[in-house]
Amino acid sequence: MKKYVTVRVGKHISFFYDKKAVVVLAALIAAAIFLFLISIGSGEIRMSPLEAAAALFGYGEEIHQTVIVTFRLPRVLVAWLAGMALAAAGAILQGMVRNPLASPDVLGITGGAAAAVVGFLALFSDENHSLIVSIHWLPLAAFLGASAAAWLVYMLAWKNGLAPLRLVLVGIGVSALMQALTTLLMITGPIYRASQANVWITGSVYGASWQHVLLMAPWVIGLLLVAILAARHVNVQELGDELAMGLGGAVERQRLGLVLLSTALTGGAVAFAGGIGFVGLMAPHMARRLVGSAFGALLPTAALLGGVFVMGADLAGRLLLAPAEIPAGVFTAALGAPYFIYLLYRSRKS
Amino acid sequence: MLATKREKMVGLIGLLIVLLVAMWMSIVCGYTDTSWRQAVAALIDNDGSNAHLVVATVRLPRALIAAAVGASLAMAGALMQALTRNPLASPGIFGINAGAGFFIVVMVTFFSISSLQLLSWVAFMGAAMAALIVFVISAAGKDGLTPLKMTLAGTAVAALFASLTQGMLAMNEKALEEVLFWLAGSVAGRKLELLAAVFPYLAAAWLGSMLLARHVNILMMGDDVAKGLGQRTTFIKAAAALLVVLLAGGSVAVAGPIGFIGIMVPHMARALAGVDHRWLLPYCALLGGILLLAADIGARYVLMPREVPVGIVTALIGVPFFVYIARRGITVK
Repeated sequence: MKKYVTVRVGKHISFFYDKKAVVVLAALIAAAIFLFLISIGSGEIRMSPLEAAAALFGYGEEIHQTVIVTFRLPRVLVAWLAGMALAAAGAILQGMVRNPLASPDVLGITGGAAAAVVGFLALFSDENHSLIVSIHWLPLAAFLGASAAAWLVYMLAWKNGLAPLRLVLVGIGVSALMQALTTLLMITGPIYRASQANVWITGSVYGASWQHVLLMAPWVIGLLLVAILAARHVNVQELGDELAMGLGGAVERQRLGLVLLSTALTGGAVAFAGGIGFVGLMAPHMARRLVGSAFGALLPTAALLGGVFVMGADLAGRLLLAPAEIPAGVFTAALGAPYFIYLLYRSRKS
Repeated sequence: MLATKREKMVGLIGLLIVLLVAMWMSIVCGYTDTSWRQAVAALIDNDGSNAHLVVATVRLPRALIAAAVGASLAMAGALMQALTRNPLASPGIFGINAGAGFFIVVMVTFFSISSLQLLSWVAFMGAAMAALIVFVISAAGKDGLTPLKMTLAGTAVAALFASLTQGMLAMNEKALEEVLFWLAGSVAGRKLELLAAVFPYLAAAWLGSMLLARHVNILMMGDDVAKGLGQRTTFIKAAAALLVVLLAGGSVAVAGPIGFIGIMVPHMARALAGVDHRWLLPYCALLGGILLLAADIGARYVLMPREVPVGIVTALIGVPFFVYIARRGITVK
């Protein structure tokens, strides 16, 4: 029986996937929709998933429609998009550096984006704490910060090649540096901004608006499409440099492209949802266990899982201590850190 | 490297003099420059004037705290590096600072505790808890405590505690105001009573470390050799771990989580005094005090007239050092 199915469209689009991946993907989409409906139905005004679905399509009570469309929908969408972006970025990084412990936050990329965003807020605010430039530039700042951190890690870890272990350790160092810069920027600003920045750094989708969704959606969805098209390069990269070159891959150029792709995804997520940690680490792992490591299936599975994680974390944060809210990032860290430790424990064999 | 006993002794005395000079500089330098004559007068014959008050209530405590905390963190780092044979081991990287910080923030936000004595106990508990978690996690599995596993487990635990701390602060703006500066690691504005509350533990740990130094040397030869020589390795390891908790927990209680001193200083001390812990530990104590004092003095001038928490300065110096060690490889003899 043939386990893998190959899809080839034209010259540039090709990938293969595990047959069971289709089932997994369908189940994940169903889970995402279910969680989505619960999430937009939960809060001070509660409604059942059915009522929520009805309100979404313009039926049901007017107040339900208002609450959902104005407040909850943008928030849930931002959580979903951020989760997908972070998970996809983690999947690309892990495939590329062939290290299961790589992720945007361990490698300091999230930290770089966070430092850049806090710097952006500090630099471009007037005395009344309002931005003097358009918030449209925020994702760009996050992307630049993420790229700078990625570049720094890449350069510092390079020593006759890129040993995965060295990469992770250097990443830990660069994270610490970015954290110090972020704290410095927070402390030099007024306390009002510091508390805002703190909520944001922990990772929260509180107060997300349609403006955020409209800025974020094209960025993240566009990049995800590019990532799916680039999936075959990751498959080749995973074989190791020599084999990849032997297969005719432009290894270094592709690697640069993939790094840019994952930093752009991280930057997009961090710009709007803050430093939600551990998603980029967890989701790709779980995806690999579900659908194997063929990238055509792994990437969308990881992305969907990531979306579900962050949506779930946001929901839990809203419900647990209501009316107080716990930032989503606290939950992803509370789940992710033990998972990371479990991976460490399992990796003892290698 | 200093080779003979005599050279090492001279080096130690030299460092002691540098430490005293650094403490003096710490008292004199700052936003309101104090003349040395005023400083002396404030210490000997305080007339209650503004300048004298600044010296006696702000500058002097700050210098003493920086020296004590720097020394403790450096010694904790040296013990951890010996215990784990991991050159990257330090209270910051292993999540011990973050654990103590988390417990303190919990106590301050939920129970509004402000008793210094109680807070220092809380910090010790947090440090011990984090150390225990990291130790248990990295000891699990087939090949036991490898340096890499400990570093990664420590980072994960640190990230977990940091995230929980931040989450709590995000929900409580008022607490943030109180602890933000503290969380970044700072020796500014700390009262002398805070140091006094913790000092007995720190001093006991300094003394204990010196008593243990000989045994740590033997432990460094490897568990099998140490056992063959008749050492009760488990007891020695447990004692060293307790000392680390006292040193790191006490430091965090006073100054917040200050990173990288514990990584950097032992390496410098090893380059100067070699690997014999009977010399290494006092060198670490003096160098640690000097480094933190210097970083703290620097922190006053970076963004004059505002002050930068010294933890940020040590991170900015420490990260390049960390990267250098990571590049060199993490096997240690």
